[in-house]
Amino acid sequence: MNSQADIDQEIAAAAQQPGGPQPRIDYPPYRSSVLRHPKQPLQLIDPESVELWAPAFGHRDVADDEADLTIQHAGTPLGERIVVTGRVLDGDGRPVAHQLVEVWQANAAGRYRHQRDQHPAPHDPNFTGVGRCLTDADGTYRFQTIKPGPYPWRNHLNAWRPAHIHFSLFGTDFTQRLVTQMYFPGDPLFRYDPIYQSITDPKSRELLIAQYDHDLTTPEWNTGYRWDIVLTGTHRTPLDTEDDNS
Amino acid sequence: MSAAVPGQTVGPFFHLGLEFPQMNELVPPGNPRAVRLHGRVTDGAGDPVPDAVIEIWQADPRGHVVRQAGSLRRDGWTFTGWGRAATDPDGYYQFTTVEPGATGPGRAPFVAVTVFARGLLDRLFTRAYLPDDAAALAADPLLAALGEERRATLLTRRVDQGLVFDIRLQGEGETVFLTYPRLRDAWA
Repeated sequence: MNSQADIDQEIAAAAQQPGGPQPRIDYPPYRSSVLRHPKQPLQLIDPESVELWAPAFGHRDVADDEADLTIQHAGTPLGERIVVTGRVLDGDGRPVAHQLVEVWQANAAGRYRHQRDQHPAPHDPNFTGVGRCLTDADGTYRFQTIKPGPYPWRNHLNAWRPAHIHFSLFGTDFTQRLVTQMYFPGDPLFRYDPIYQSITDPKSRELLIAQYDHDLTTPEWNTGYRWDIVLTGTHRTPLDTEDDNS
Repeated sequence: MSAAVPGQTVGPFFHLGLEFPQMNELVPPGNPRAVRLHGRVTDGAGDPVPDAVIEIWQADPRGHVVRQAGSLRRDGWTFTGWGRAATDPDGYYQFTTVEPGATGPGRAPFVAVTVFARGLLDRLFTRAYLPDDAAALAADPLLAALGEERRATLLTRRVDQGLVFDIRLQGEGETVFLTYPRLRDAWA
């Protein structure tokens, strides 16, 4: 198994090659990517029919209390209670309203409630780590949860993931689909993590880091983080307004 | 234009956050028009990818994009056009759905597909075309831009009770994956 020093060298070498804002889909320091990335260039195509629309979600799909990951069990989960909020916007600055945001994460000890997670950190019987909400008319989402812990994984010897929350988002077009990870500011594990470093442009990488926001921090209750999520632009023209489902 | 947030891998534990009951049943299996859309996801060594998630988004049989809510809490009646499936330990996924109609005269019907997996650093887009209408397929701008071998990766195969769409992430027979102008511009 490779050491962290081996991976650090590969990360440094990859950083020397010009990189765009997207993750490098061919990124050998992330070992699982080696056989799983397409080698042919992506085919550029104008979207048509269903690709110009996104699936619709509504209050039938998501209950209001699913946005609070701390109230899903009889007891209170352990760890730092946090609020994470922000706006989902498209590349033209328009709010993405009434769309589904899904999140999943490890508990405060860095363990997922999943049978394949065998990291010997404690499970928290009061924390599942799954949440959903719909953005409001302004594109705002908001979750109350517990700050996840970092955890080891088997990419290489002594591999640790920075603390993160997985986000799944839809825009107004099928082509805006995004699954990504939100990170916390100042995490010392950033430089060692091949998944985070697969975005070789430093400015783009920073777009994944939430900002601590003291105004979101509530006395005696929670700390607050703000993270705005910008999707790509829509292919439909701004004149093509429609009263989307709600 | 604001800079778009980069994608990241869905990771191994997406089952936690992205699973819901009947997520791969766009219509109930007992529906008289139900078809099975299924296939295998494989990697560059030809091995199954047991931890992928596939999403589909499609028109209804009349070619209408319905845009109805209710994909996560299905009522068994409303066709929403959207579904999600995880691959099994052998890399197989399956959906119960109806066949999409053509969205316009002479258009080739297809199902829009998104692929996520551990090891795949960003999601991939592709299309699964119905194999029947030779004239519409010949006139399709995407298919026309591809060589015969690449083109074949986007066509479903008819089998008893359904359509097969295999997804090869890398290597021989690699599926054609797509990007779109605004998506590409966001990265320019």
